[in-house]
Amino acid sequence: MSLTVSNLQCTRGDRQLFSGLNLQLSAKQLLFLEGRNGSGKTTLIRTLCALFVADKGDILWQGQSIEEHLETYHNSLFYLGHLNAIKGDLTALENLRFNHTMSGQDCSDDELLDALERIGLFGYEDYPTRQLSQGQKRRVALARLIVNKSPLWILDEPFVALDIAAVELLQQIISQHIETGGMAIITTHQAVPLTEGKVQHLNLDDYAATSGMESYV
Amino acid sequence: MFNTFWMILKRDLKLALRRRSEIFTVLFFFIIVVSLFPLGVGFNEAMLQQIAPGVAWIAALLASMLALERLFANDYVDGTLEQMLLTPQPLSMLVLAKMTAHWLLTGLPLVLVAPVVGILYHLEAETIVTMMFMLLLGTPILSMIGAIGAALTLGLRGGGVLISLLILPLYIPVLVYGSGAITESTLQSGNIEPHILLLSAFLLLSLIFSPWATASALKISLE
Repeated sequence: MSLTVSNLQCTRGDRQLFSGLNLQLSAKQLLFLEGRNGSGKTTLIRTLCALFVADKGDILWQGQSIEEHLETYHNSLFYLGHLNAIKGDLTALENLRFNHTMSGQDCSDDELLDALERIGLFGYEDYPTRQLSQGQKRRVALARLIVNKSPLWILDEPFVALDIAAVELLQQIISQHIETGGMAIITTHQAVPLTEGKVQHLNLDDYAATSGMESYV
Repeated sequence: MFNTFWMILKRDLKLALRRRSEIFTVLFFFIIVVSLFPLGVGFNEAMLQQIAPGVAWIAALLASMLALERLFANDYVDGTLEQMLLTPQPLSMLVLAKMTAHWLLTGLPLVLVAPVVGILYHLEAETIVTMMFMLLLGTPILSMIGAIGAALTLGLRGGGVLISLLILPLYIPVLVYGSGAITESTLQSGNIEPHILLLSAFLLLSLIFSPWATASALKISLE
């Protein structure tokens, strides 16, 4: 299993965000994506999910272009962005069941309830999520990680709005995923301790287009 | 694949049932528009019978536009749409599920309430049946074409007005054949078959092309 990105260049509007970006990620590896605000972290992540089309460069999953094998790629991908993708009118369990089934994986209700319990929402399964706090809503979204079996996780700022206990739990979930042969790309400033596996850091400031930088210095 | 189709359909219906006001808004809008006409133009029986087909269809077009803006907007705002784009299933299938839900919530109620229009406009039972049948054939087209407009204007400011300008001209064939059939059915020598065939052809055409066009428009809107 591997994700290979070569010579990637992205432009948002008139501004070139980064160019000549290369990265290689294989099983049991975690990639931290760093960079100042506006350096294109979210754009890179959306490009890696095939939601955004890059100007130049190739993204290969298992050696195949992700655009040509989009279904295979999306089958192996789990993405969670800034938005939780949950409905206020549905309960925590209904939200989790819907989102999980959408990703094409099967799961019994017991497993879903276990996931909600582990993420700290025991007793909240049947509340409409609009009655929950920001952090609890984020937990409903993150409960998908527990039941998800995709090898590649792409998480954009997953630790936002979480309390200390939830941050620790999420760190555990991510390192468990890496240790069991998964891979993850994360934008965050929070360190995730791993007992085995390899951690990579990619700083987008190193790939920033020179012409765009001058105005910021 | 059909599993996700049912999941989306069930979820959209469940969401709508938890916010019933949205269904009733469309239905009452239709009833009110239809009942305003006799007040404005007078209660002449012959004239009412003559304008009934056009009034019913124009009211149906406007009513089905009411809920269009929200078709994808809520899923867009909370990030569900983004997740739908990342599922291994073809997006057009998911879009078709959302269109079906939209029709069940806004189109089907109009078909069922059509007899009220018939009574209000002194139509004969036979004409009312034709009206219901034509609405049954035509309202799915409204949902499907409307979805293309909703996807194209997603995330734009003032998208609601833009949808009307984009979509209403495309509704013209449905209006012409739909109301044409009802008018024909009131005539002695009338033949509604060509209208039914043309509207059915239009239905099949939009069934094939609109999910695909809407899916493409959504991909562009989300980039």
